[in-house]
Amino acid sequence: MQRSPLLARLDSPRVLGYVLIAPAAIILIGLLAYPLLLGVWLSLTSATLGNPGTFVGLQNYATIFADPTFRGAAFYSGFYTFFAEAGKLVLGLALALILNRPFRGQRAARALMLLPWVAPTVLSALAWLWLLDPQFSALSWLLIRLHLIKSNIDFLGHAWNARWALIVVNIWRGLPYFAIGYLAGLQSISKDLYEAAAIDGASGWQAFRRITWPLLMPITTILVAFSSIFTLTDFQLIWTITRGGPTDATQVFTTLAYQRAITGGQLGEGAAIAVSPIVLMVILAFFVVRSVRER
Amino acid sequence: MARRSALRIYLPLAFYGVFLMLPFLWMILTTFKAREELLNTPNPFWIFHPTFEHVVGLLTTTAYLQWFANTLFVSVASTILSVFVSYITAYAIIRLRFPGWQTVSTAIFLAYIVPPAILFIPLATIIIQLHWFDKLWALVPIYATFLVPFCTWLLIGFLKNIPRELEEAARVDGASNLAILWRIIFPIAVPGLISAAIFSFTLSWNEYLYALVYMSSSGNKTVAVGMTTELIRGDVFQWGQLMAGALIGVLPAVLVYFFFVEYYVAGMSGSVKE
Repeated sequence: MQRSPLLARLDSPRVLGYVLIAPAAIILIGLLAYPLLLGVWLSLTSATLGNPGTFVGLQNYATIFADPTFRGAAFYSGFYTFFAEAGKLVLGLALALILNRPFRGQRAARALMLLPWVAPTVLSALAWLWLLDPQFSALSWLLIRLHLIKSNIDFLGHAWNARWALIVVNIWRGLPYFAIGYLAGLQSISKDLYEAAAIDGASGWQAFRRITWPLLMPITTILVAFSSIFTLTDFQLIWTITRGGPTDATQVFTTLAYQRAITGGQLGEGAAIAVSPIVLMVILAFFVVRSVRER
Repeated sequence: MARRSALRIYLPLAFYGVFLMLPFLWMILTTFKAREELLNTPNPFWIFHPTFEHVVGLLTTTAYLQWFANTLFVSVASTILSVFVSYITAYAIIRLRFPGWQTVSTAIFLAYIVPPAILFIPLATIIIQLHWFDKLWALVPIYATFLVPFCTWLLIGFLKNIPRELEEAARVDGASNLAILWRIIFPIAVPGLISAAIFSFTLSWNEYLYALVYMSSSGNKTVAVGMTTELIRGDVFQWGQLMAGALIGVLPAVLVYFFFVEYYVAGMSGSVKE
């Protein structure tokens, strides 16, 4: 088969390789890598909407670190991520352990359990907002009927109520992700190990402590590190339910950055707020990359 | 035995079921409840006077259908673009081994874990400079920034497992790399491509921050953005219409999911973006 020299050259792995990755490179360099660097640059300027501003060094960072609202947001970002991840891990693992046993309706249960993760976050957050309504909350109604509380709980009107409510909703959304991840992990553990343990007289709990949990460690690192990156920078859920309120109690890096930069027009300051969790994210990313490589 | 399994499996499962299904149940209940019943009812978990008034009101008095069409357009277009771009990228990385392929592969993975939350401010200035602001199609390349790394990563895993013998036979017969990419590997890669496509569709349908910041006129909004910016005004909540909108907005993602549930579970067993 004879090919024209041009086509033959195009077909060499060297040339064709670069041609094939070009579209992805254009998109990712232009709309991801460049904005990432621009974000760091913007955080060092006094830019506002419609005004490029001038280089001001670390002034924006000095401003935000002195700002109690920012410090509150940094605290709640960490608090939210820590407790949401802990909840997702425990409840997700427990669900995976249940779903890993054979029982009637197992397939249907697995399919349904993933729904919170599949449904668009903002739309389900709206349903939570209505469920947590101060006056007409169906949850309060239920708790009163069960004689657990006496009067309606103002879920979103008090700082700590709102903080915990958002964590519960985040757990609701991310728990299926952990459950499926752990289910895959559990299925890769050889049954022989449990049989050997049973012969040695190990209890269910001992088998879990000595076999299941250590063997699930690699998947745990991936799930937690990965999920933490996106929980730490969550926007949709918090913005839809509390907008950072009441009085900034549930403000996180992202919601505050949005308010300062987009609503308030302070691009430089907003960029500094958005960039500030990068250190934490690089640490998390390191764990993800390492664990993925090892697999 | 039966009692034990009931206690150890079905009882905890029932708790999970209630917790995980509650918001969806609540959307359905609210959607079909008469207006008076929303705020004053002896039992909020029951519908005494079922009605379609909220659905009809949502579809006739708001721009919901437009938002729905917009979301559908953006999700389908960004899915097609991203799956195509990702397929050729993954093929190049896995099979062509051009100089620097490892660096490209690492870069793609790192791009995959950069959250939109740290990009949306600088990206806004770029969007304005490019005159892409408030243009619906602009969301297609923007969504590709998180879809391409994700799909490429997924497809790299998939293409790795296709045996090399097939293409070596084709190469002996004189097929070019492009012919192999298109005629030999593509048909085998279809399950992987479907997997990438359904995840892309769901991720696009779920996207909120970029659409919120870069789309401003009502005719260019997506479902989630339109509902939170135009159906919620001040303290007046049209809960019936809001829940009807949420229910209808959840359906496409849920339908795609139920048709391809096996792909989801398989895809999630790899590494998946939350």
